[in-house]
Amino acid sequence: MDQTPPPAAGTIEVSVWRSTGPGGVAAGDGRFETFAVPRAPSQTVLDVVTHIQRYLDPTLTYRFACRVGVCGSCAMVVNGEPRWTCRTHVDKVSADGRLEIAPLRNLPVIRDLATDMREFFDKWARARGQFTGSRTRHEAFAVVAPESAERVQVDLGIECIGCGVCYSACDVVEWKRDYLGPAAMNRAWTLLNDVRDDRQRERLAAVAGDAGCHACHTHMSCTERCPKHLPLTAAIAGLKRATTRALLRGEL
Amino acid sequence: MNTRAQAYLWFAQRASAALLGFFVLVHLVTVIYAVRNGLSAVEILGRTRGNTPWMLFYLLFVVAVAVHVPIGLRNILAETFSWRGRGLDLIVLGVGLFFLLSGLRAVWAVYAPGAA
Repeated sequence: MDQTPPPAAGTIEVSVWRSTGPGGVAAGDGRFETFAVPRAPSQTVLDVVTHIQRYLDPTLTYRFACRVGVCGSCAMVVNGEPRWTCRTHVDKVSADGRLEIAPLRNLPVIRDLATDMREFFDKWARARGQFTGSRTRHEAFAVVAPESAERVQVDLGIECIGCGVCYSACDVVEWKRDYLGPAAMNRAWTLLNDVRDDRQRERLAAVAGDAGCHACHTHMSCTERCPKHLPLTAAIAGLKRATTRALLRGEL
Repeated sequence: MNTRAQAYLWFAQRASAALLGFFVLVHLVTVIYAVRNGLSAVEILGRTRGNTPWMLFYLLFVVAVAVHVPIGLRNILAETFSWRGRGLDLIVLGVGLFFLLSGLRAVWAVYAPGAA
């Protein structure tokens, strides 16, 4: 049986990225500021950030909402890796008693640890991440068998919470600012496998090419870092297959 | 360049990579065989001149290289220097043509009877 760990004693040294300019600055305009935060049992990185803001420096800016891994608001770079901070225990990421917390990479920083997520979600829209059905309320519900191949693919990717961790972990996003990124293409892949959607040709055209699935180098950083363990690289590979089939049929 | 053309480039690079995997393997085995058996240049030319299967193999090899390399180079330049547009496409097209012509010239040189 698992035993509840004893209360962690002492403090932890936490380096937190602070913006030095006004809002809207790039991530480069800032510096790390160090705080000593009391340890607590089962303490999460979000708990640490919250402690700093409540008790040490009320001007610290960060974003969170649900605190339980549902909303996707609280992702940050923790000790060099993008993570969801509400479900990341300090014990697991701070073996040496130190934490370095920075805003997500590949996104503009609004202030301190809060990033501007607009480009991230705009790319979902660019990847035709909206469901477009043709049935009306007067027609019967579509029947989608849970065991059908398409629905199985949808199930693999549908639990994305839009936290931006994959986007922050992706090298290609860093190299190509117009690259759609893993989350947007995972969304497109789940919709491509939605048998009720009737805009698939447009979707394939939206995710193809240099800014889409064909730019993915299969580094798999997105898959490795996704807090929901979604097979994002496999989704992009699925888009590559689907777009290639469409290309060879003259439908792209 | 439109999305369809970009998708064609991706497909061409993957297809040429699949061919090159086979070509490079055969090429390396051939080179190792020639070196280990101490074949002289004259003996090698004696095997390659007028050898049409050999010529066709290396002809395809050269074409695969000329397709594969510029597409990869285009990606590297785009990702490293954020270089986009027609200028980049023309440069890598030039690189591809250079590889194609150089390779074809080399194949012809060791295939054609009496060539240098």
